[in-house]
Amino acid sequence: MNRGSPVGRDPRGAPPIGRDDETVMADKATAAMGQRAAVDEKTRRRNRFRKEYLNNWQLYVLLLLPLIWLIIFCYYPMLGTQIAFKKFKLSQGIWGSPWVGLDNFQRFFHSYQFTRVLKNTLTLSFYNLLAGFPLPIILALALNVVRNQFYKKFVQMVTYIPHFISVLVIVGMLIQIFNPRIGLYGVIVQRLTGEAAPDLLGNPKAFPHLYVWSGAWQTLGWSSIIYLSALSAVDPELHEAAKVDGASRFKRLLVLDLPTVIPTATILLILNVGRIMSIGFEKVYLMQNDLNLSASEIISTYVYKVALGPQGGDFSLGAAIGLFNSVINLILIVVVNKVSNKVSGSGLW
Amino acid sequence: MSSTTLRGRRNKVRDSVDDRIFFAAVNIVLGLLAIVTLYPIIFVISASFSDPVMVLSGRVTFLPKGLSLEGYGKIFARPDLINGFLNSAIYTVGGTLVNIVMTIIAAYPLSRRDLKGRGGITLLFTFTMIFNGGMIPNYILMRDLNLLNTRWVMVLPVALSAYNMIIARTFFQTNIPLELLEAAKIDGCSDFKFLYMVVIPLSKAILAVLVMFYAVSHWNSYFSAFLYLNDNRLYPLQLIMRDILIGAQAAAADMNDAEDIIIKQGIAESLKYSLMVVSSIPMLILYPFAQKYFVQGVMIGSIKG
Repeated sequence: MNRGSPVGRDPRGAPPIGRDDETVMADKATAAMGQRAAVDEKTRRRNRFRKEYLNNWQLYVLLLLPLIWLIIFCYYPMLGTQIAFKKFKLSQGIWGSPWVGLDNFQRFFHSYQFTRVLKNTLTLSFYNLLAGFPLPIILALALNVVRNQFYKKFVQMVTYIPHFISVLVIVGMLIQIFNPRIGLYGVIVQRLTGEAAPDLLGNPKAFPHLYVWSGAWQTLGWSSIIYLSALSAVDPELHEAAKVDGASRFKRLLVLDLPTVIPTATILLILNVGRIMSIGFEKVYLMQNDLNLSASEIISTYVYKVALGPQGGDFSLGAAIGLFNSVINLILIVVVNKVSNKVSGSGLW
Repeated sequence: MSSTTLRGRRNKVRDSVDDRIFFAAVNIVLGLLAIVTLYPIIFVISASFSDPVMVLSGRVTFLPKGLSLEGYGKIFARPDLINGFLNSAIYTVGGTLVNIVMTIIAAYPLSRRDLKGRGGITLLFTFTMIFNGGMIPNYILMRDLNLLNTRWVMVLPVALSAYNMIIARTFFQTNIPLELLEAAKIDGCSDFKFLYMVVIPLSKAILAVLVMFYAVSHWNSYFSAFLYLNDNRLYPLQLIMRDILIGAQAAAADMNDAEDIIIKQGIAESLKYSLMVVSSIPMLILYPFAQKYFVQGVMIGSIKG
């Protein structure tokens, strides 16, 4: 392992020179000396710390710009979410617009779009998680089995490629290939059945499948990297020993490899569940058309249309829907993290 | 020496029938996966080099048929596409530069264990990964800052990614030995100088990873431009491509069967394929260069802060 990949050695990332070396030596010294010496040592250390704090001013200068950026571009918009509780007018701005309480939320909950966008968002999300979450784990486990290193590298190289292709090109490819008249899919179906191919792109029922499986195609290889690196931590000696005991390769995969990836998988699962309501705007919006809208209108695309789209202009309603979405995400991630801490003893925090 | 050969031979003998079937099955499944992954890409590339009429009639299935560069010629005949390509290059290079500087100056101080308030400040950054203001407040902010319809709006709102900052911070924490800092301090080296002269030269691996992560996200995104730009002279390539790749969907369905319409349609189609290829090339070129490092980057990212 080179020095840049500490994970193999220490999965928790505790650096080799974790604590101040001086402190460690000082600790040893105090153990040898008496109580009074320890007190002296403490004050000495505190003084040293104070001096260092003042000496560190340059670090704070470095942090200044990122912090200013953080406040303006991340935290100030959080204050801006107050327009969810206001009747926002561009002329009056965020602070000047009148309060209306929960009016905007009520309008959203009572609109006919509410159940539709909520259902579509959750369907796409869960389907995406169900299909997209286990596959990279399986791929990593499978790659780990392969003994021919060249073949392994080849499959890795190939499956990483789609990660570098933009969502726009992916959707462009989908539209080209699945065009019922001139696309590859259309031509093949026509040749096989002699009839015109059904239009999948405009079919609400086909939308989730197209969305999820094209997504799996794009992210499968890239998402497996993290599991592969977790697998590199499995001690080859264990495999040798199990082999001597007559365990088949598949058995060893279940007993040795699988448990190794579970902590990583848990953390990623928490993160994914925390994002369940924030399915990306970009791809869904590109895949939308008038025909599949009943399945493809999700919260983020609806927010855009309500506030910024051609028939939009209702900033307050958009902000309210967005806030509703973020808060649910936040609650989900906190709850899942708590459950994970209880059940498996590991979580994000 | 002899023990290795012995072990090697023993391994070969030990491969049971079950194991052999398992290995074969895994290899076949992975092979199929590689084919499924590569096929759409090869198809698009082949179609981009084929005679438009061949593409339209569905005779291109794997390799190019009736070699033609008409689609590529069309790209260069459109000044808006070339302009978009240049804009994308500006946003990617400029944006990535800003990203790298911002990431380093945020990550390095936060990697220092002797920095007071380190935990709190880190939390301030990581909190933005799970909660944000959302699309509309962000839009209003850009409007209030007069950033709409400027090149800045492509760079400033995404000047820093908390996730990448944590990756860099973890790297600094684990890879810059404390002894170096102490030795430098004794020699009277300031923190600025230490960062510039010691930390950055020691962190080329993580810089390569960050450049790749940031550059790919700049080049491939259309969201900021879509939301914040109105002036098509400022559009990045992805946004111009959107009109060509997605916008013309309805036209294909209403197509008549007249001969010249097929040809026109065909050229439009091969423009799409060529465009998909051309727009993907810059990032795919980056891939082999960064490949050495990115696995490492993803691995560092897996460590929780």
